[in-house]
Amino acid sequence: MMGSESDAPPPPSSTPLDWKFSQVFGERAAGEEVQEVDIISAIEFNKSGSHLATGDRGGRVVLFERTDVKDNSTRKDLENSDYTVSHHPEFRYKTEFQSHEPEFDYLKSLEIEEKINKIKWCQTANGALFLLSTNDKTIKFWKVQEKKIKKISETNLDTSNVKSNGLGPGLSLPNGDFSFPAGGFGSLRLPVVVSSQETNLVANCRRVYAHAHDYHINSISNNSDGETFISADDLRINLWNLEISSQSFNIVDVKPPNMEDLTEVITSAEFHPINCNTLAYSSSKGSIRLVDLRQSALCDNHFQLFEEHEAPGSRTFFTEIIASISDIKFSKDGRHILSRDYMTLKLWDINMNSGPVATFPVHEYLRPKLCDLYENDSIFDKFECCQSGDGSRVATGSYSNLFRVFESGSKEATTLEASRNPMRRQVPTPAKPVRSLPSITRVVGRRGTEAQVTDANGNSYDFTTKLLHLAWHPTENLIACAAANSLYMYYA
Amino acid sequence: MAMVDEPLYPIAVLIDELKNEDIQRRLNSIRGLSTIARALGEERTRKELIPFLSENNDDEDEVLLAMAEELGVFILYVGGVDHAHVLLPPLETLCTVEETCVRDKAVESLCRIGAQMKESDVVEWFVPVVKRLAAGEWFTVRVSSCGLFHIAYPSAPEQLKSELRTIYGQLCQDDMPMVRRAAASNLGKFAATVEPTFLKTEIMSIFNDLTNDDQDSVRLLAVEGCAALGKLLEPQDCVAHILPVIVSFAQDKSWRVRYMVANQLYELCEAVGPEPTRNDLVPAYVRLLRDNEAEVRIAAAGKVTKFCRILSPELAIQHILPCVKELSTDSSQHVRSALASVIMGMAPVLGKDATIEQLLPIFLSLLKDEFPDVRLNIISKLDQVNQVIGIDLLSQSLLPAIVELAEDRHWRVRLAIIEYIPLLASQLGVGFFDDKLGALCMQWLEDKVYSIRDAAANNLKRLAEEFGPDWAMQHIVPQVLEKVSNPHYLYRMTIIQAISLLAPVMGAEITSQKLLPVVITSSKDRVPNIKFNIAKVLQALIPILDSSEVEKTVKPCLVELSEDPDVDVRFYASQALQSCDQIMMSC
Repeated sequence: MMGSESDAPPPPSSTPLDWKFSQVFGERAAGEEVQEVDIISAIEFNKSGSHLATGDRGGRVVLFERTDVKDNSTRKDLENSDYTVSHHPEFRYKTEFQSHEPEFDYLKSLEIEEKINKIKWCQTANGALFLLSTNDKTIKFWKVQEKKIKKISETNLDTSNVKSNGLGPGLSLPNGDFSFPAGGFGSLRLPVVVSSQETNLVANCRRVYAHAHDYHINSISNNSDGETFISADDLRINLWNLEISSQSFNIVDVKPPNMEDLTEVITSAEFHPINCNTLAYSSSKGSIRLVDLRQSALCDNHFQLFEEHEAPGSRTFFTEIIASISDIKFSKDGRHILSRDYMTLKLWDINMNSGPVATFPVHEYLRPKLCDLYENDSIFDKFECCQSGDGSRVATGSYSNLFRVFESGSKEATTLEASRNPMRRQVPTPAKPVRSLPSITRVVGRRGTEAQVTDANGNSYDFTTKLLHLAWHPTENLIACAAANSLYMYYA
Repeated sequence: MAMVDEPLYPIAVLIDELKNEDIQRRLNSIRGLSTIARALGEERTRKELIPFLSENNDDEDEVLLAMAEELGVFILYVGGVDHAHVLLPPLETLCTVEETCVRDKAVESLCRIGAQMKESDVVEWFVPVVKRLAAGEWFTVRVSSCGLFHIAYPSAPEQLKSELRTIYGQLCQDDMPMVRRAAASNLGKFAATVEPTFLKTEIMSIFNDLTNDDQDSVRLLAVEGCAALGKLLEPQDCVAHILPVIVSFAQDKSWRVRYMVANQLYELCEAVGPEPTRNDLVPAYVRLLRDNEAEVRIAAAGKVTKFCRILSPELAIQHILPCVKELSTDSSQHVRSALASVIMGMAPVLGKDATIEQLLPIFLSLLKDEFPDVRLNIISKLDQVNQVIGIDLLSQSLLPAIVELAEDRHWRVRLAIIEYIPLLASQLGVGFFDDKLGALCMQWLEDKVYSIRDAAANNLKRLAEEFGPDWAMQHIVPQVLEKVSNPHYLYRMTIIQAISLLAPVMGAEITSQKLLPVVITSSKDRVPNIKFNIAKVLQALIPILDSSEVEKTVKPCLVELSEDPDVDVRFYASQALQSCDQIMMSC
């Protein structure tokens, strides 16, 4: 489809990467209770990878910035000084702000949670950072900028006894018969502003895109044109102009005339990274549709449909539930789409709809336990997926704060745990049984023991500690993932 | 703290509040920037105020927007055109702001200043600004630069001109689609200043690149440039360079591009001349009228009359009319509605025979359309057909359509039709109106919705103006006055309102004989709301009536009302009495 070098198949990377712990933010002390509002609900790197944003259930957005890449002079300084430069990306806390507040929709008698569902970075301008954040209903456009702290030092009037409101009654400006001398009045002077070296990071909400969704927003995605973005809820996808918050256009609507006929909902949507007119969205039935925005104003017809047909006879009660796609991501070059359903990761070539190019089993050992997972609602957990910048590897999360990294070319997989020691626990294979460590599941959730399943090898899986959100750095082998309220980063 | 003389105090406050913590006060000070400048004098404005503004540009967008606007008319305050260049630096920094409306305003002000600057100053000061912005690090700056070239270019010497053309070409290939969009939308303006030889070569190649851009949003804006460029080129060059582009755009994969073509196409017809219009543009337009996408058909349908005006009637009948017929039964109501809003204008273009033969059936079918908007749009343009074929042929179908709209359950539809009643009355004539529509007009006075009652009262006034007081005396006044005894006070209020509107049209005699007695009687109403409205009406009637009448009838009534137990009634009555006295005194 696109004729660039990046099109070439990813180099056969046979050797699995050696993942190491890099950093953790918001690490939990032993025995510390996790506050619900602190649980991370969204992670996103910006396009260059210089910044990382997380959102949490309390409606906050936290920004991190990369510290290991400095401009030349500083790097030289570092080299001159007897200091070892670290070779993997490191981030530091930059700032945080309250993006969303809990609200109440009086018309529908509905509480609107402040939880951040998705964050997307927009084009940087003038050294300021821009991002979109959304909860279930409202999308907000934020600008985060450093401001120098300024002080006003000299004024015409003693500020302490000036209480007027400028042009209040009895204080009118000189009218026509008041004459200004040619040279002006020497006694008037402009305020003197002294700016200090101190700076303040200020987050400003520039625009609020509200009242366009009847259902919960599950994704937002920027278009490559830099001026539009989409927001998707269960049944509809709307197109917005970043500059206009008063109107949006409905471009996909899967709502049947009669809600009882509803069989399928939209679970995720994303714009093609390069082609401004291509949009992908996934459904609860396990299909991914590509639509062409050029074809029609209302994109009800897809031009490409990806779905895997189950072998007849293998259907069970859970087939349809676990087929539901929880997340899709375009590869950087737009050639592939990565999708996550409950049991697998699938990689699709957008030019081949006969089936996925590759399927990676995430936690096959849970298949016998689908019934328990259904009982405690875990089967409806929405795991995200991510792909490395070069497209050669993919990753996704699982239970017990585990996540798995797969090599695109092979079936090789690495299982890591979101902790300071990621490799201490490998996925249980019959050949190499690993004893469960009681400390892994030291945080017992509200479901208590019911949420823990112990398999034949004595391994236990804790369904309350699930790793739903993770992101891969756009240019380097660095994964950021969320384990409850902690942000862990690993590099290779 | 310095002491400031008393008369300067307000200005001193204004200056101090340039840096107030309250944004409203800062905004207020920026709005008073010209006063500040005059108080400081030209020299200090140049040396202190302008640099001060350049340095303090990290304010809220609202303040920056106001600043950008004020600076655009600041030449006067810095010492005239010779010093205009000192205004460039603050505006240049405003061009970097990421809020689009601020940048646009800064660009607008820069253009305004640049256009007044002396040629040598433009080269010395303005062109460097343009070049700096065009080479800016952030896309926002480069976007701003695109809107300045048409001011910088004409004054530049040869070599600089070629440099500017090259820079513009680079902007059209910028990595950022935002910059390419800005370059595309400003291309027309820039091209208008470029010499014909370069227009045909460099500008056309820039244009061609834009028309092939990957981003639909850029191509979209390139379409807009088509018409502007077409008008600059000689017809034969236009045919050679623009025509193929527009014909291919008309078949673009993106409906939004085709939509833009549908909106612009008629403008190009003049630029290319009759022959290519017939051979290329008519077929392209016909395709757009039959486009798969309703949005494109809406745009095309909305331009059908403008397009036909350019064509000969034969061409219009042969090629466009069949499409119009199809569109009148289009599956999208919005397409039919767009068609209905312009189709009446085709009558004068096609002439009487063709209108009766071809258009009339379409009018009639649209008048029966199931969507009220379509019917309303036809009715709103009735005058255009009336001039060509007279109204008689339509009146049979009109009446049911009007009656149905008049009784539509959506009040906005009823409101819309009321707005057209005076137009209909003037087109249909008194006779038709008396028979059919008079009753409707009275019926609306008792509508459940206030806006309708209000519009109905206003409508009566307009009708009285249209047909004259004698007619109104016969057909409106008695019917209206009859309703004043309606048991519901809100309906009585509408009648009072209608009376006050009719009075100026009817003149002193009818007012004092017919209307005033009713008003006086109503002043005894038991509802205070009626009573204070009576007071207001009486106040309005005073200038119409002669003074003896006022003294004899109006005043006693108002005096009585001014002693009413209700406070509002007393208030309005005393107000009316006051104006009564004023008028009496001036007599």
